[in-house]
Amino acid sequence: MKVRFATLVAAAIATGMPAFAQELFFPSMVYRTGPFAASGIPLADGYADYFTMLNERDGGIGGVKIKLTECETSYNTEKGVECYEGFKGQKPLLIQPNSTGIAYQLIPKVEADGLTMLTPGLGRTSVKNGAVFRNTFNFPSNYWDGASIIIKHLLAENGDDLKGKKITLLYHNSAYGKEPIRTLEELSKKHGFEFNTLPVDSPGQEQKSQWLQIRRDRPDFVIMWGWGVMNSAAIQEAANVRYPMENIYGSWWSGSENDVRPAGDGANGYKSLNMHGANGDYPIFADVAKYVKDAGKAAGAGDQIGSIMYLRGVYEGALAHLAVLKAQADNNTKEVTPAMMRDALEGMEVTEEIMAGLGLPNFAPPFKATCENHGGDGYALIQQWDAKAGKWSAITDWIQSDLEVIDPLVKADSEAYAKEAGITPKC
Amino acid sequence: MLYREAGQFKTSYRADNQTFPIRIDRIGYFVLLAVAFLVVPFFVTDYMANAVLVPFLIYAIAALGLNILTGYCGQVSLGTGGFMAVGAYAVYKLMTTFPEVNLAIHVLLAGGITALVGTAFGLPSLRIKGFYLAVATLAAQFFLVWLFNKVPWFYNYSASGMITAPERTLFGVSIAGPATAAWAKYLFCLVFTVGLAWLARNLTRGATGRKWMAIRDMDIAAEIIGVNPLRAKLSAFAVSSFFIGVAGALFFAVYLGAAEVGEAFGINKSFLVLFMVIIGGLGSIFGSFAGAAFLVVLPVVLKNVLVGQLGWPTDLAAHIELMIVGALIVTFLILEPHGLAQLWRVTKEKLRLWPFPH
Repeated sequence: MKVRFATLVAAAIATGMPAFAQELFFPSMVYRTGPFAASGIPLADGYADYFTMLNERDGGIGGVKIKLTECETSYNTEKGVECYEGFKGQKPLLIQPNSTGIAYQLIPKVEADGLTMLTPGLGRTSVKNGAVFRNTFNFPSNYWDGASIIIKHLLAENGDDLKGKKITLLYHNSAYGKEPIRTLEELSKKHGFEFNTLPVDSPGQEQKSQWLQIRRDRPDFVIMWGWGVMNSAAIQEAANVRYPMENIYGSWWSGSENDVRPAGDGANGYKSLNMHGANGDYPIFADVAKYVKDAGKAAGAGDQIGSIMYLRGVYEGALAHLAVLKAQADNNTKEVTPAMMRDALEGMEVTEEIMAGLGLPNFAPPFKATCENHGGDGYALIQQWDAKAGKWSAITDWIQSDLEVIDPLVKADSEAYAKEAGITPKC
Repeated sequence: MLYREAGQFKTSYRADNQTFPIRIDRIGYFVLLAVAFLVVPFFVTDYMANAVLVPFLIYAIAALGLNILTGYCGQVSLGTGGFMAVGAYAVYKLMTTFPEVNLAIHVLLAGGITALVGTAFGLPSLRIKGFYLAVATLAAQFFLVWLFNKVPWFYNYSASGMITAPERTLFGVSIAGPATAAWAKYLFCLVFTVGLAWLARNLTRGATGRKWMAIRDMDIAAEIIGVNPLRAKLSAFAVSSFFIGVAGALFFAVYLGAAEVGEAFGINKSFLVLFMVIIGGLGSIFGSFAGAAFLVVLPVVLKNVLVGQLGWPTDLAAHIELMIVGALIVTFLILEPHGLAQLWRVTKEKLRLWPFPH
């Protein structure tokens, strides 16, 4: 009896969801709660504020209002499924799960449901091969690019020679954290450095033993693939064992203010990747302040504006914005469908002029997506934390990854997937 | 007045021992089954199936499995998540190695493999009891998760350690994979849930179940009256793990479609299923279903009411949801320490006497 009652209640709610037209619907899968909230809140705020700004300033995109609905996933795959099933019938234009675990689940589903997913710098790396993964995109860069860019930077810093150096990867023991391992193994063969891995179980507050091991092994460099609470815990532990901060390199998900602030001055000099610029005074923020913050429409507490993860959210919003503009122009219509979004993303070319036009000059690397290449050209930069000034600053220009190593890996992994899932690559 | 057995005479042992001795219960049971099998599949939406019904059915199987071990045989286990992982990885290896074999067979085989693993980890139960056994099964949980992370063979050497369920069909209808229709997922899980619940009910009221309960109530006394503790305990571990393995296989192949062991089958899963059993009622088939419904359906309903109907911010709703579920758990356990099943039993008892309780 109980079961049937609950069924009826939930059915009534599910069917009671409003239908709508004349709106651009974007679901936002957020995690404002749980161990990953420190990273998730600014990300969600940036994404939401960007769309609020478009609605307030331009009346939406091309005159059509944007409707953004948040769904809380807590970075949990089961809740992610629930969110996806909840909004998939409402023609979501672009799905950005912001979680590698959820992205893995949704990759086959978006294909079957004819929807479009963008996982910028996250998700499954081999999605780059657009011939196999038709509906998913991961430009501007992916995890393997990131790993390779760190190594390239280290090569440049160390006179093009890493022979005999010891590099340890400290990673979140999940699909996300394991992604760079294969690339780093290949690179260690190519450049002759010694490569070790140290997993940290999710969520990652407890890292005493890993850092003791690092202190014992004394690796020359530590690469960290962490997220949420794991980042701040790792930086704190590194400061505790007095590991030199400037020898730690985080991924672009391990380099935000919320990660370094808890360690105070101890975090000074910590470096991380970034796929976009780090400073918080791009021209766009004048509009964000005017239309969103001062109007009292900021998402969340409104205290994250301009932080790194907030910028990431803005960047995700900007990519969605550009895709809608392109889809509207290509199809000569204001009513965009998920399929049009897919085609728009596939033909997307983002140049410096376009980004500057959005109010984000010198912000993100230019890239061009094609049918075969859903992943861009693999550019990112390295940034460093200045604890005194309390800000991140880029210390390199855009670095391109070692595509010679990465392209064959992408090909192998995507072909293995195609074989397992019975997909015939087409382009 | 309506709900009573007056006038329903039992003339055989068989009739007296049936699962639902009162006619109205029996009718209700068959109506529920008929609705579940014949009506729901025609109306089930993707959201209903994937967010509510399929996880409910799968967790019900896991809760049944744990209830056999903990509720009926008295062996506390914290290894449920690990055993579900065994089921999931077993079905993944079987699906990818023998793609031509029917998924239902794979799911059952995965259950069988989990039963073997569960029996092996049940061996310590012959020497240790209670909290100490719980800690030993906790070791199983951590060991199994570590194993599936460590050995790339289990995840077919994929770059990120994720396993993804390929598309599989049964009688030409897609069951696993992204193109699966909601009704197919639902029916596939329903068949397993009903079949296994029926099996659990009949096992627990037969000689095997009475042996388990004897061990639970007092193992020394049970041994003196001739129950072999080795066979009773290990059979409980085997049957329980079989159920949990099937649940894990369905959880991965039908429900999630992709999983990574630490996230999907971590210690949290063990606790979740244990809470289902405790809240639902130890040693009760109905309790397993009630507990699973409570912990799967209630959060979804709360979320839809708070966010969908009241329009609250998602983070506030998520926090409030945790608080409401937590408060309800505490309230239920204070009011009725024997779980929802006992609450149900008391309600029925009162209904029988109503409206003349004296």
